[in-house]
Amino acid sequence: MPCVADWLNNPFSIVQGIFAQNVPNSDWEKKVTEYFKEKLKENNATNWVPSLNDVPVHYLKPNSLVKFRCMVQDMFDPEFYVGVYETVDPNTNARVLHFGKYRDVAECGPQQEIDLNSSQTVTSERQTFYCVPVPGESAWVKEISFLTELVLSESVVVLNPQFYAYISASQARVSPSTSYTPSRHKRSYEDDEDMDLHPSKQKEQHMGNSCSGGDIHGCVEPKRLETEASAGHHLISPNCSPPLDLNFPLPGEKGPACLVKVYESWDSFKVNDVLEVYGILSVDPVLSIVNNEESSSLDPMDCMDTAEEQRVHSPPASLVPRIHVILAQKLQHINPLLPACLNEEESKTFVTNFMSELSPVRAELLGFLTHALLGDSLAAEYLILHLISTVYARRDVLPLGKFTVNLSGCPRNSIFTEHLYRIIQQLVPASYRLQMTIENMNHSRFIPHKDYAANRLVSGVLQLASNTSLVVDETQLEQGQLDTTGVHNVTALGNLITWQKVDYDFSYHQMEFPCNINVLITSEGRSLLPSDCQVHLQPQIIPPNMEEYMNSLLTAVLPSMLNKFRIYLSLLRLLDYSISDEVTKAVEDDFVEMRKNDPESVTADDLHRTLLVARFLSLSAGQTTLSRERWLRAKQLEALRKARLQQQKCVNGNEL
Amino acid sequence: MSSPASTPSRRRGKRGRGSNPPTPQDARSPPSQRRRTDDATSTGDLQPMPTSPPAGAQSPSAPDALFSSPTQFRHSAIPLDFDISSPLTYGTPSSRVEGTPRSGVRGTPVRQRPDLGSVRKARQVDLHSDGPAEDVVATEQSLGQKLVIWGTDVNVASCKEKFQRFLQRFIDPLAKEDEDIGLDLNEPRYMQRLQEINMVGEPFLNVNCDHLRSFDENLYRQLICYPQEVIPTFDMAANEIFFDRYPDSILEHQIQVRPYNALKTRNMRSLNPEDIDQLITISGMVIRSSQLIPEMQEAFFKCQVCAFTTRVEIDRGRIAEPSVCKNCNTTHSMALIHNRSMFSDKQMIKLQESPEDMPAGQTPHTVALFAHNDLVDKVQPGDRVNVTGIYRAVPIRVNPRVSNVKSVYKTHIDVIHYRKTDSKRLHGVDEETEQKMFTEERVEILKELSKKKDIYERLSSALAPSIYEHEDIKKGILLQLFGGSRKDFTHTGRGNFRAEINILLCGDPGTSKSQLLQYVYNLVPRGQYTSGKGSSAVGLTAYVMKDPETRQLVLQTGALVLSDNGICCIDEFDKMNESTRSVLHEVMEQQTLSIAKAGIICQLNARTSILAAANPIESQWNPKKTTIENIQLPHTLLSRFDLIFLMLDPRDEAYDRRLARHLVSLYYRSEEKMEEEYMDMAVLRDYIAYARSYVNPRLSEEASQTLIEAYVDMRKIGSGRGMVSAYPRQLESLIRLAEAHAKVRFSEKVETIDVDEAKRLHREALKQSATDPRTGIVDVSILTTGMSATARKRKEELAQALRKLIQSKGKTPALKYQQLFDDLRAQSDTAVTKEMFEEALRALADDDFLTVTGKTVRLL
Repeated sequence: MPCVADWLNNPFSIVQGIFAQNVPNSDWEKKVTEYFKEKLKENNATNWVPSLNDVPVHYLKPNSLVKFRCMVQDMFDPEFYVGVYETVDPNTNARVLHFGKYRDVAECGPQQEIDLNSSQTVTSERQTFYCVPVPGESAWVKEISFLTELVLSESVVVLNPQFYAYISASQARVSPSTSYTPSRHKRSYEDDEDMDLHPSKQKEQHMGNSCSGGDIHGCVEPKRLETEASAGHHLISPNCSPPLDLNFPLPGEKGPACLVKVYESWDSFKVNDVLEVYGILSVDPVLSIVNNEESSSLDPMDCMDTAEEQRVHSPPASLVPRIHVILAQKLQHINPLLPACLNEEESKTFVTNFMSELSPVRAELLGFLTHALLGDSLAAEYLILHLISTVYARRDVLPLGKFTVNLSGCPRNSIFTEHLYRIIQQLVPASYRLQMTIENMNHSRFIPHKDYAANRLVSGVLQLASNTSLVVDETQLEQGQLDTTGVHNVTALGNLITWQKVDYDFSYHQMEFPCNINVLITSEGRSLLPSDCQVHLQPQIIPPNMEEYMNSLLTAVLPSMLNKFRIYLSLLRLLDYSISDEVTKAVEDDFVEMRKNDPESVTADDLHRTLLVARFLSLSAGQTTLSRERWLRAKQLEALRKARLQQQKCVNGNEL
Repeated sequence: MSSPASTPSRRRGKRGRGSNPPTPQDARSPPSQRRRTDDATSTGDLQPMPTSPPAGAQSPSAPDALFSSPTQFRHSAIPLDFDISSPLTYGTPSSRVEGTPRSGVRGTPVRQRPDLGSVRKARQVDLHSDGPAEDVVATEQSLGQKLVIWGTDVNVASCKEKFQRFLQRFIDPLAKEDEDIGLDLNEPRYMQRLQEINMVGEPFLNVNCDHLRSFDENLYRQLICYPQEVIPTFDMAANEIFFDRYPDSILEHQIQVRPYNALKTRNMRSLNPEDIDQLITISGMVIRSSQLIPEMQEAFFKCQVCAFTTRVEIDRGRIAEPSVCKNCNTTHSMALIHNRSMFSDKQMIKLQESPEDMPAGQTPHTVALFAHNDLVDKVQPGDRVNVTGIYRAVPIRVNPRVSNVKSVYKTHIDVIHYRKTDSKRLHGVDEETEQKMFTEERVEILKELSKKKDIYERLSSALAPSIYEHEDIKKGILLQLFGGSRKDFTHTGRGNFRAEINILLCGDPGTSKSQLLQYVYNLVPRGQYTSGKGSSAVGLTAYVMKDPETRQLVLQTGALVLSDNGICCIDEFDKMNESTRSVLHEVMEQQTLSIAKAGIICQLNARTSILAAANPIESQWNPKKTTIENIQLPHTLLSRFDLIFLMLDPRDEAYDRRLARHLVSLYYRSEEKMEEEYMDMAVLRDYIAYARSYVNPRLSEEASQTLIEAYVDMRKIGSGRGMVSAYPRQLESLIRLAEAHAKVRFSEKVETIDVDEAKRLHREALKQSATDPRTGIVDVSILTTGMSATARKRKEELAQALRKLIQSKGKTPALKYQQLFDDLRAQSDTAVTKEMFEEALRALADDDFLTVTGKTVRLL
């Protein structure tokens, strides 16, 4: 194996090298992280690292370096592990030091014994996060990040044959997609070597999947579990256990869940944070054997967890691989078209370049959305403002910068809202369409709750990463009765919109988790959910065939333009913003003036909203300060919107 | 908690007691090797730790001598009574068998303490039968004789002596009357406890570590660091004293000392590898408890051939079954006799971090507890407990036959002592556990703050800074957060006096009432937030539920009971239905909740302050109407609010301008800048918590005079116009407000300035809510009777006018209704509505002057 690629394919050899050099003192750990940091800084090196998001686990070499873009779904208890240990050969009494970091199993040779009482033993602490792929991640995000890897794969083929095998398989297909249906065209040497691990793996998967009959969890989405490997198998293993719920927040999600072991500064990570981790992949089958063998008969210490808890906390490694993190960073956004970190020098030039051509992009986007909204340019304007809104600060309990738009007047046939969602999905990196039907409200799980038997946080629809677009479709709502769950769900949704927080249910108490989710409500009349701003849709064109119209809209836009839209929306969200003293004064005067003229209808809320509109209006034009013109334009927009609502009120008589 | 291996001190062996591999040498060495020096190699395994004072450098030959001839060493160097004092004798089966009289140290059976590590005991017994005490290493110091338990700096004899001195002499200087009923505070506290044990017969002695620390810092440190060695020593000491005093006492087993309140760790999150094998106290909530697990302590085997019997002690969770009978040498003839084996109870409990200790945005940690013997089933899921115990870490062996080890330790806590923190919630105030622990620096900061002249303004502006102005309302809420002093008049038959302040906010929609409520709810630890629309009487109070498993009736508490000693925020108060609201009557004055349903009759404490928000009936506040008319709440309920504030949208230019500036600044200023300007929410929270638990102001002479004057004045104002403007309830409110204001200043005395502020605030609130819209005069009767005095007067006048009108019409027996109404309107100089007319008619009908039948009015 070429030694250049060692850090990718066999990172343990690097760690061992550094460890051996620095062993008496403990700064070897720091050196390891520094080494990998340096390596990844080299041009495009991050793209060489195979990503667990794109490549199925069994194509990846165990103990190689992988990356994973994920959301922290749950945090398990911290673990104490042997950081450094010593093995003794009973025959020769020779002692060797090993490191236990980045490993699940303390290894030693066949003729050796681990001396846990050695004075050299170091106990350290690490934290385990249960991570899932970013919920609601749009298909284009996956595609583009995979394609970047594909382009660079030329240079990687030498380094990682297995990865290459997968890529070549993907290339054979017409378009690379993320649904894993690997067709193995070629089996490399490592694959054969891997086969002796496989029987056990397959067996576990059967155990995990083939027997969906006895579901303890009370039928919590047993279908979620469709991992590619299990598809064709119908064997029923004798001691089958119910399928493992991988605990994705949104129903119908796919992708690997992962146990991420963090060694440093885990306090800085929070639930629902989006991370990109680089670490060593561990799929040691020993990890699963531990569970299969009923070891409780041997040691009472082992039986302190219930079977369920064990299943959740140490699931089979083939289903839920472990990653031992060397480097982890929080992501500001998951848009692969943007540089990951906007503060660096190179990305600054990227930003300036893009900003220079901002106004045509905005015009194009406005036109595009106007068409999508059936020719209503005012609604399109507000939709842009909504899409770049983000909670930028919190004043005690009040979240600032949220801009929930209620798009009322949507036609009652669901095709329009569905297609509108598809268009939004094409523009934002993560989104979810919540169909507000009585059935959905009463039966789905919105609020994450703690399952004390399994000791984990069971996810719910409202457990979403920051800046996810949540499109609530109220046109689907019929008359009917909400039961207790339904009421709880609606309340939670209302709280999410008003306070941008979700109270997770810990059964004995509730815990508040702040969030930052863009909620767009489509409804016929005014929504029953609270919103910051209601825009009544006034369609200019009624296309005879909605589906055709919407599809042609999407095909008409150039992919390069679409990418620009995507960059536009993600980038503007991250800009800073300020108001000069001068404009502050003008705004004050304006407000006082407005109140004088019409004290009844102008309230503090109106000022709040107009300021928000002005903020996003300025940002959408690429301006980071408020100008007098923008302020006037914001007022104008608001006036137009309100006039429309008034009009609507008159038309509908007593409908509010 | 960053990279733990970076500190050199951790390089020493840290692992659980049960981790010793089964080599004989290792088994003999005491399990704790924490303090072992780095140079301790395989040969120097038994070196005493260098920190053992006072002569740190011991003779190098000592370890060797020890190893080679331990027996001789023991006999020569150890005084005779060491036999008793050694932890070895403690826990040996021999002492269980011997001693026929069931009294005295020797006679009372010793019960094993699995909480201190049963594995160790097993080894000791084996050794004891051989004679030599290898477990205890005596190191002969040049200066006098010093016995040190190996691996620690604990000298058994002196440790025991110190603890005995502690038991015999310790008097708690800080003890409060109410804390321990029945204890003489001037007598040694723990001697009285021993006396109690003699009388009650419960052989457990709970020792507060804080007491021990104030008595002997070093002993305390030893207890924390080497609980496994020190606690048995304490047991011996306690037993010696006890049986010395009460030689005839018969106990079930020997007294066990249970230390609690170790200050080492309070928070589950701060547990780290340093804490392994140390005595810790953490708080948390029980989320799951396992079934009782009988754990075999000692197996009893009998040979099937020759009936020879033998006992085998448990060793690391396993029983080594003898394969050969020692007596007849038959192989595989030994059979386990279950009935004669010894078992101990064990239970696994999961403890979860309490929500207060958690950083935002993370999920709570859990830790496993093992409870033994009589601590089993002491706690139920949902209980909040403080647990004192020894933190353990045990490696997980993948497979006993495979040498690879999973590189993770399992951690758990062996419970020594439980202390429930909420067991008294339903019965009385447990102030001690309520108290948050404040560090001294924090207290200093808070006290420093309290000395500031403008602390009152400062705090009130720190309250919900995002909400603009409404200074007086914020001040009112601030006082509510502090609350008055608790008074008890039970002996005079008046019962408890309400100390909580209730506030009602009413006003236009969109004046950030809900936001204020949300803020308060987020600020206080025991806050509950409900909306009047969604809550039912049951949800607010309590309900009885049948537990599906046990078929037992269980009382589930609702929002009001849950916010006992906290604040219950009720939004949309006006939308609450009648029956729900009626529950509040009792809560808001008596501070209790009575429940009588499904065979459960009880009274729960609900000492909660209520912060309610109500919207006017007509969605917009009608300034022409009174408060009652605007919000349509029964006056009986309204009068229970100490302060009622109107949150109106003021319509003046200067206000608009300030508001605009405030809002604009919200939208562009960076977060750090905003932080600077106002007091941190955490500081505010601590300030309030400190004041609530430590400051208990009483009225000064001067202040009570001022209060009396103020009350008399209030009464006088009204009586001038023939109406009552103050009731005793208002006086009580004033007292509470004044006390709360004194608390803000951390003052133990209520002074005139407090009363003045209370008066001002009360007047301000009255001015807003009890102003008669017709006359502009403040009139409490609007709140107390639901109608202003002038309104009542007007009603009477109208009735008189009507009577006159009818009389002037002469002797007509019947009148047309509409005719009469028109006539009255024509005659009256003010507008008369139909309602007013009907009211007047009703009043006259009440006087038996006339009757109304349909459209005609008949005179009587």
